[in-house]
Amino acid sequence: MEYDDCAQGDVESTLKIHARQLVDSLEHGDFGEAVQLINDINKVRDRGLYHEVGKLTRELHNAIVNFQLDPRVPHAKEVSQIADATERLNYVVTMTENAANRTMDLVEQSSPLVNGIGSEAQRLSADWGRFMRRELGADGFRDLAKRIELFLASSERDSVQVSAHLNDILLAQDYQDLTGQVIKRVTQLVTEVESNLLKLVLMASQVDRFAGIEHDHAVLRAEQEQQKKPSHGEGPQIHADKREDVASNQDDVDDLLSSLGF
Amino acid sequence: MKILIVDDFSTMRRIIKNLLRDLGFTNTAEADDGTTALPMLHSGSFDFLVTDWNMPGMTGIDLLRAVRADERLKHLPVLMVTAEAKRDQIIEAAQAGVNGYVVKPFTAQVLKEKIEKIFERVNG
Repeated sequence: MEYDDCAQGDVESTLKIHARQLVDSLEHGDFGEAVQLINDINKVRDRGLYHEVGKLTRELHNAIVNFQLDPRVPHAKEVSQIADATERLNYVVTMTENAANRTMDLVEQSSPLVNGIGSEAQRLSADWGRFMRRELGADGFRDLAKRIELFLASSERDSVQVSAHLNDILLAQDYQDLTGQVIKRVTQLVTEVESNLLKLVLMASQVDRFAGIEHDHAVLRAEQEQQKKPSHGEGPQIHADKREDVASNQDDVDDLLSSLGF
Repeated sequence: MKILIVDDFSTMRRIIKNLLRDLGFTNTAEADDGTTALPMLHSGSFDFLVTDWNMPGMTGIDLLRAVRADERLKHLPVLMVTAEAKRDQIIEAAQAGVNGYVVKPFTAQVLKEKIEKIFERVNG
């Protein structure tokens, strides 16, 4: 950057000197020299412009090489870091989806077992009460004893099953470790790409300066705002509790809706 | 009581389906966005619609507007279950005629409350 500032300073001081000479020669009526000076000024400006465009092109080239984005390179898809990151994120989506489905499978298999134990225990408990109150005849008691025997066997079997399911549910959470690692690596890549982009933007602004281009930032911002229309959906909000324009929980939503007369 | 669940993520549809079953609503169908949901609503005699907001194809808010604009569907109760939590969006949904709004992540209790509240109001 130091070198850049220096080159920049050179161009500016040369321009200043030339400008003074131009005024002098015009005041002395020397138009030939004045035209020559205008040409020189143009040349200085062009040189600066070429210099900055050159730097920008080089940096762009570096970025393409660094992130292996060049589609002409053979196997570009396999080596491109962006394509690789996309694939990694797809892997995260698949892993989390599989884990969620596996967990829900196991919960759906466990619920009927637990509910079965619960409801049979309730029925037996009622009949046991009748037995204790001596409301049950000999046949009734034989029947109850048989059911209790069956119940003990089935609850033993079912609780082993439920316990195995719970264990598998625990194991199904192992995606967190793997996806966490993948996401961290992708985050790192995004940070790298961002800082490289920022460098390119800074260089491009130097080109703008020499070329005398000015962007209408208000218009650019308005265009961006336009793209961020809320009806398109934004997904989950991060730091919702710190933002004024976002409801941070269900109570917030309920309050807002009731203030609208819901 | 026939309920249509619209969400682009099958896991979320499954969670909602399970919660609804626990609440005693066993007759449910699923769609993955507004474009597939609308024809189902037209032909299926549904009594209740649960929809996400952010979906590819047709979003939940557009689905809600399409339902309210349809002569035969406009009285269908609609519950939005979504991660969209900006105040502007909640107001937009309310103005479009939503009957309830649940933000993700949500609990079984919240879903139950909102559904009961909607039916109370519809039946009352």
